[in-house]
Amino acid sequence: MSTNPATSDEVLIGRIANGDRLAMQVLFARHHVRVFRFVLRLVRNEATAEDLISEVFLDVWRQAGKFEGRSAVSTWLLAIARFKALSVLRRKPEQELDDEVAAAIEDDSDTPDVTLQKKDKGDAIRKCLGRLSAEHREIIDLVYYHEKSVEEVAGIVGIPEATVKTRMFYARKKLAELLKAEGIERGWP
Amino acid sequence: MSAVKKPDDEIPGDVELLLPWHAAGTLNRRDAARVEQALANDNELAARYERVREELGEAIRVNESLGAPSARAMEALFAKIDAEPARQSKASFNLAARLAGFMSGFSPRTLGYGAAAAALAIVLQAGLLAGMFVKQGQVGGYTTASMSESGAGAFVSVRFKPEATAADIGQFLSSNKAVIVDGPVAGSGMFKLRVAQRVLSDRELDAVVKAMAASPVIGFAAAVR
Repeated sequence: MSTNPATSDEVLIGRIANGDRLAMQVLFARHHVRVFRFVLRLVRNEATAEDLISEVFLDVWRQAGKFEGRSAVSTWLLAIARFKALSVLRRKPEQELDDEVAAAIEDDSDTPDVTLQKKDKGDAIRKCLGRLSAEHREIIDLVYYHEKSVEEVAGIVGIPEATVKTRMFYARKKLAELLKAEGIERGWP
Repeated sequence: MSAVKKPDDEIPGDVELLLPWHAAGTLNRRDAARVEQALANDNELAARYERVREELGEAIRVNESLGAPSARAMEALFAKIDAEPARQSKASFNLAARLAGFMSGFSPRTLGYGAAAAALAIVLQAGLLAGMFVKQGQVGGYTTASMSESGAGAFVSVRFKPEATAADIGQFLSSNKAVIVDGPVAGSGMFKLRVAQRVLSDRELDAVVKAMAASPVIGFAAAVR
């Protein structure tokens, strides 16, 4: 008999609400890598991302009894994670943020020589994905990597479904522009 | 001319906007069919879809390359959990009473009246029952109805009246010490209730059926033998 992962997650949440540490371990093992990656792409700092995921799952431990099952557990986790990541980003001084973003952009960029040598379009796409704004990276990740529906993204990000679709479109359009600047013309968007 | 060709700043149609979700396989069946049909009829859209798939693959690669957190994250989590106040263990539970209380929190408008709404309320209730049984039966180690429902017992098949609210039904189950174990049956809307842990004699079971049938929330009741 196959197991429905969504159902299993909900069962785990029910057990966690009753104080079951083992259920907490299972849920953590199942989701912590994806939550970590989601947070890391937002805060761009591994230590901060690690701190945040323990905070996210601590919230799950505390709030499990209030989980109503209106969304998938994975969606709930990402919504908590996003809220915590944005809180951290808001607390950081502007200068620190700018430095981090600048460092990240610098890390992701190639020198013109390297760009000229680059033959792998996939590599170029990955580099350009890293140069998108946080807002655009977030929606790309939620849709492509975290496999969230329009409705789920709307719930996580807190925007209308129509905005989810247009934001994704503009993220892809920006990606096309970045690729074009790298000499890769993919058409529009 | 392709229906999807647009000036640069114009937002494309809904089908094109949905391409990323189609590539990720997260569209509902209806929208997926719409996109599939459009792709089959529009070569330019199909070319754009290939670019979406390309982005999808690279976005996955980017994320997969990020690695995983160290064991420190889990250690930190459980250190924090250990520092939390001990959670009160439930020594016993009166499921039906809790259910009735839970259901009574909803307004009649929320729950709805009529056959369809009542059926939905029962489905919700059945799901809640299953969730509670799994949660409490497996964590606390209690013997729950769900754990014994596959064994011996006495069962009655009922159909709830359309005007019965979920709170009414919760109260009915509580007062009759009954548990929904199956249903609703497609077409008839019947539910199977376990009314006793042991096998009842025909006379005893008939008495239970008679009492249940007299309830204002029950439209039909019959013994399951």
